[in-house]
Amino acid sequence: MVKEIERAGIPVVHMCTVVPISLTVGANRIVPTIAIPHPLGDPKLDADEEKTLRRKLVEKALDALQTEVSGQTVFE
Amino acid sequence: MGKIKVVHYVNQFFAGIGGEEKADIKPEVREEVLGPGLALKAGLGDDVEIVATVICGDTYFGNNMEEATGELLDIIKKYEPDLFIAGPAFNAGRYGTACGAITEAVQNELGIPALTAMYEENPGVDLYRKSVYIVATKDSAAGMRDAVKKMAPLALKLYRGEEIGSPEEEGYLERGIRKNFFTDKRGSERAVDMLLKKLAGEDYVTEFPMPDFDRVDPNPAVKDITKATVAIVTSGGAVPKGNPDHIESSSAQRYGKYSLEGIYDFTPENGETAHGGYDPVYANEDLDRVLPVDVMRDLEKEGKIGKLHEYWYATVGNGTSVASSMKFGEAIGKDLAAAGVDAVILTST
Repeated sequence: MVKEIERAGIPVVHMCTVVPISLTVGANRIVPTIAIPHPLGDPKLDADEEKTLRRKLVEKALDALQTEVSGQTVFE
Repeated sequence: MGKIKVVHYVNQFFAGIGGEEKADIKPEVREEVLGPGLALKAGLGDDVEIVATVICGDTYFGNNMEEATGELLDIIKKYEPDLFIAGPAFNAGRYGTACGAITEAVQNELGIPALTAMYEENPGVDLYRKSVYIVATKDSAAGMRDAVKKMAPLALKLYRGEEIGSPEEEGYLERGIRKNFFTDKRGSERAVDMLLKKLAGEDYVTEFPMPDFDRVDPNPAVKDITKATVAIVTSGGAVPKGNPDHIESSSAQRYGKYSLEGIYDFTPENGETAHGGYDPVYANEDLDRVLPVDVMRDLEKEGKIGKLHEYWYATVGNGTSVASSMKFGEAIGKDLAAAGVDAVILTST
């Protein structure tokens, strides 16, 4: 899906936990996330801390979208 | 002479420990034959003994690939096996990735002959097909017998160091390795034969398949995100409460397009996940953990992004075929482009 959306001409960032799969599939902008069942959260944290964590990840994704890349790039 | 010692790897499910709720278990070992090991044992014959079964939860492995591989190697080493077999993983993505990773590590780091087995669309295939032998299986455990029938003889050949035939002969997935051999007909003659067949519209087999690198060049970066419309899309099964489109929990046949009007935060009342294959508890408690609507709304309000697109799109990535995913992606991409969306965040579980 990432690739087809990219093909439609829209820059796309893939947020996922298993980065090797994303690289194999062919995503160009990749932001690694926390865990498979909760990529953008961590139930062990307080609600506030968890949202802060999520915000950081989303901000990283927005940064990735604003960064020119020439090939597959993982934004650690 | 002693028996050939085999260590077998399975996930928590095939070990009979439990389903998704146990997918976070750490590596462990049982000195017994478990699950598919029984069929393998029968297939491998009397000269072979499965001395231990190593087990790891799929989620634990996926979240901690390096550590889990290290821990498993330490356990496997102790048994000094002559042969290592992982799976079969069929179309289970995390399991297939784990099987490929551990098979590669055992082969390369311990120098022990190793093989695994899975369905050709399993993401583990593209990751590991070049480094290890992966026997081709059907997409579900219904293909167990067929899988074992191909795994056992290939495993024994690897153990004995015998020459391994072509993928078609041995039943493994093509590894991209070229082998020289002598043939009666010279190249020019074979090429003309192929050309004649092609012209006649008959089937022919190329001797040099072109690699299938389906890559899409990255689009230029977003110039000003504070003016951009950003859409959120997921393969993590995030759907409105009740899953109105009945998106399948695995091998999804459809995707959904849902309005974000009036949604500022996901709660157990307005959203859930339709995704099978991972523990849904965390997503059902707070779907923002899969699709970050709360944060996107904050960023929208603060002017950090121009606008959150009024719809989100979701499907379930669990065992969904590449062909279906491409179809969904193409339709979603067209729809987003027509709506003037400038950028997309796609989340996966």
